[in-house]
Amino acid sequence: MKDSRTLTLTKEMFKRLSFRPPGETIAGDSVPMWRDVLRRLVTNKLAMSGVVFLVLLGVMAIIGPMISPHDYFTNNLDRTNEPPSADYWFGTDNLGRDLFSRLWMGARISLVVGLAAAAIDLIFGVIYGGIMGYAGGRTDEMMNKVSEILYSIPYLLVVILLLVVMEPSMWTIILALSVTGWINMSWIVRGQIKQLKNQEYVLAARSMGASGARMLFKHLIPNTLGPIIVTLTLTVPSAIFSEAFLSFLGLGVQSPAASWGTMINDSLAGWTLFPWQMMFPAALLCLTMLAFNVFGDGLRDAFDPKLKK
Amino acid sequence: MSASAVKTKGAAFQPVAGASGEKLLEVRNLSKFFPVGSNETLKAVNDLTLSIGKGETLGVVGESGCGKSTAGRTIMRLYEPTSGETLFNGRNIYKMRGSELKTLRREMAMVFQDPYASLNPRFNIMDVIAEPLDIHGIAGSAKERRRKVEELLDLVGLRPEHAARYPHEFSGGQRQRVGIARALAANPKFIVCDEPISALDVSIQAQVVNLLQDLQKRLGLTYMFIAHDLSMVKHISDRVAVMYLGKMIELAESSELYANPKHPYTQALLSAIPIPDPLIEAQKERIVLSGDLPSPIHPPSGCPFRTRCPFATEKCAKEVPDFREVKDGHWAACHYA
Amino acid sequence: MDTILRVNDLHVSFRARGGEVQAVRGVNFEVKKGEAVAIVGESGSGKSVTAQSIMRLLPSPPSFVKQGSIEFMGRNLVDATEAEMEAIRGKEIGMIFQDPMTSLNPTMTIGHQITEGLIKHQGMNRSEARERALELLRLVGIPNPEARFGQYPHNFSGGMRQRAMIAIALSCNPALLIADEPTTALDVTIQAQIMQLMKDLQQKFGTSIILITHDLGVVADMCDKVIVMYGGQVVETGTKWDIFAKPQHPYTRGLLRSMPRLDLPKGEPLVPIDGTPPDLLAPPVGCAFCARCEHAMEVCLNHDPELVPVGENGQTAKCWLHHPLAKEVQA
Repeated sequence: MKDSRTLTLTKEMFKRLSFRPPGETIAGDSVPMWRDVLRRLVTNKLAMSGVVFLVLLGVMAIIGPMISPHDYFTNNLDRTNEPPSADYWFGTDNLGRDLFSRLWMGARISLVVGLAAAAIDLIFGVIYGGIMGYAGGRTDEMMNKVSEILYSIPYLLVVILLLVVMEPSMWTIILALSVTGWINMSWIVRGQIKQLKNQEYVLAARSMGASGARMLFKHLIPNTLGPIIVTLTLTVPSAIFSEAFLSFLGLGVQSPAASWGTMINDSLAGWTLFPWQMMFPAALLCLTMLAFNVFGDGLRDAFDPKLKK
Repeated sequence: MSASAVKTKGAAFQPVAGASGEKLLEVRNLSKFFPVGSNETLKAVNDLTLSIGKGETLGVVGESGCGKSTAGRTIMRLYEPTSGETLFNGRNIYKMRGSELKTLRREMAMVFQDPYASLNPRFNIMDVIAEPLDIHGIAGSAKERRRKVEELLDLVGLRPEHAARYPHEFSGGQRQRVGIARALAANPKFIVCDEPISALDVSIQAQVVNLLQDLQKRLGLTYMFIAHDLSMVKHISDRVAVMYLGKMIELAESSELYANPKHPYTQALLSAIPIPDPLIEAQKERIVLSGDLPSPIHPPSGCPFRTRCPFATEKCAKEVPDFREVKDGHWAACHYA
Repeated sequence: MDTILRVNDLHVSFRARGGEVQAVRGVNFEVKKGEAVAIVGESGSGKSVTAQSIMRLLPSPPSFVKQGSIEFMGRNLVDATEAEMEAIRGKEIGMIFQDPMTSLNPTMTIGHQITEGLIKHQGMNRSEARERALELLRLVGIPNPEARFGQYPHNFSGGMRQRAMIAIALSCNPALLIADEPTTALDVTIQAQIMQLMKDLQQKFGTSIILITHDLGVVADMCDKVIVMYGGQVVETGTKWDIFAKPQHPYTRGLLRSMPRLDLPKGEPLVPIDGTPPDLLAPPVGCAFCARCEHAMEVCLNHDPELVPVGENGQTAKCWLHHPLAKEVQA
């Protein structure tokens, strides 16, 4: 606007354009939605610190027991309750076992339980919830009743009942999880799918004659991925905590196998004298919970459409 | 009420003539009720009878809640009807099963209102448009699939290189073109356009309407065009049906309906539309209806429009007016038309 | 007539990922006392942003006024403090929004929402405010106001909610009423009711109105002056008679030609405006409409035209076609 006063206009400039000036162009590279989510997640420092911690935890769970000079189960009654040293990096417990190895063995168990919980959520929860939400009507009502009944059984009770027929171990905990652990997920998926079902692109697919499986796996579940992943990041820490808690009570992992819960329990008797015995597993447990929570929060923000743009 | 309902049914059963003789689609006494809460029903579509001729465009207009979209979706068999039938090429679509139904899904397609919600955000444009091809196994190879999609993109005025893009990268008008390309992919004969332009800007609406008309000419399509914008419906349709509270209250050739509306509701609806010309607006005596749309859960007795009708009499409260031919090819449901 | 609102060279932008969205780029207009002005444009034209800037309703950040002033009865609203704006909003400028459901508070009764402003701005006591509120409800055509007074927004239909919104907006006799797409969410028969109501009230109280709309039909029905916006700029202004009878900007002409007319016999194909509106993240250097214009010239590509007077009655258009050289060359 400002330049038009100083501008010298010539007749030439008032000739019709012989070409169509470039109009609608779509700038930039094509960005699939998941990459957008990832980009937002990566810029979230808190969430990324959670991710870094979890990756480190995973790495240590794999290599930790291998790099320690001692294994996790051999008692060394000459060197019980030792503080951290060059030989025993994190000290020893009341039976002289290497705390460093035991800690990472505990991490293995925690992560296996966490992964199992995730798998159960994904297999049972997502499919069950998907069918409930998609089918609707009678089927939905019946299946929902079943899940409500299962949900009303306390988890602890399931574990105790299972202990009647099997030895307490990590597998008891995982089995108990597979009875009730996926119900929350199934409800979340059900709610999402019920909403999505009336979206026009789903109606469009139906109008083209898409099969139920295609609708569910191509349209509905992929668009529920955000809430599914966010729910997973909450299920996993709660499963890890349940395992630690049950092992602490003696209902889970049994000695000589190591879990953070049993380690804390073992350290209880002498924790005022040998605080490191409790400190290491307790701190790791807390940090793991925290890491999953900040990661989950970050993911939710990354998926939240309201924060888009 | 039940006695008069039966009476209405008998009268309305004679199929309404299509514009060009040969009928592609016949809807007979179609009703779709939805249960609401306990023991109540929403009569979204109530005893709808109409037909659409080959190559014709039937416009369906009405205000929100009049049942026009439900009618479109029931005719597409996205909803199962409560009663009545829809004949496509003489076959009742609600009785179709298996391969016959699958073939029907190829022959009927739908264009939706919301260009943002009608495309799966996780599909790229290639996958969106190829979906009917994938479902019906039309494209033999990946190469064939790509060629078909590029052809369709070209047909609706988009560039082939757009195929790799995602829906959120397009403007509303472009997305609606994608939706149209998808509807055309399986070579349908009949397309239900459910408010395809109401979410678009004025200058873009004309682009989409012209595209639809152009495609109709080139491919010999038959349209059911649902909209609340009466001027656009007049422009695109051969015949127009007006709905009010789940009922069809008037049906006529488009120019006849606009020049000579018989039902008081149609008259009010036409008069309510502001015309972009101040001279006409200044001279116009607008019929301003009093009151709001009654709830379709508790529609008025007798004529559904009587609560807002300036000419309503006692008869209107007692008897449901027949949907009858008041003039050649001009049907209306009013005692006094 | 006195000018009550003058918008000078207003620039409003939004900070966004990837840069600055220049939603409003140099808007000038004024509103006189008792006048009804329409701002017409499509989505992204900047019409709503302009209106909300006057009320200072845009969240900041991400929005900010880059340049320009908004003079309302001698005060510059761009520099007004939040406390000053609170005194102006509702009292001196009323506003009606597109969606009456989201602009009414669902947890408060309609009566409470009308009396709130009266008590705050007019210093009325509770019973005076109640009397006035009932009077207002009657005025906007809500039947049985005594019963309606104690009801919540969800008990009202869409049209009734918009009437209640109008009652709230008018409760303190504002000098200016800004109506942002007041009938877009309503059905045509209800739209006709609301428009009738707004016309009646305007005649009765002499309130100035800024009507933001995309519907040229609504404009023809109820406004005196029309401002056409495109790509964040004003491209044409004039009386409604001039704008509809002899539009001088290709965009206005295109808009009118792309709409089917209910009053004319059918048959003529529509003439759409090709292409899409400009991306305001990187607005074009030259004329914003250039890429969609059938008359585009060399000069349009790189030089933004000024809004110049065309014809009588103060009609203006922002187009190089009105430059004397253009007429010479094209003749």
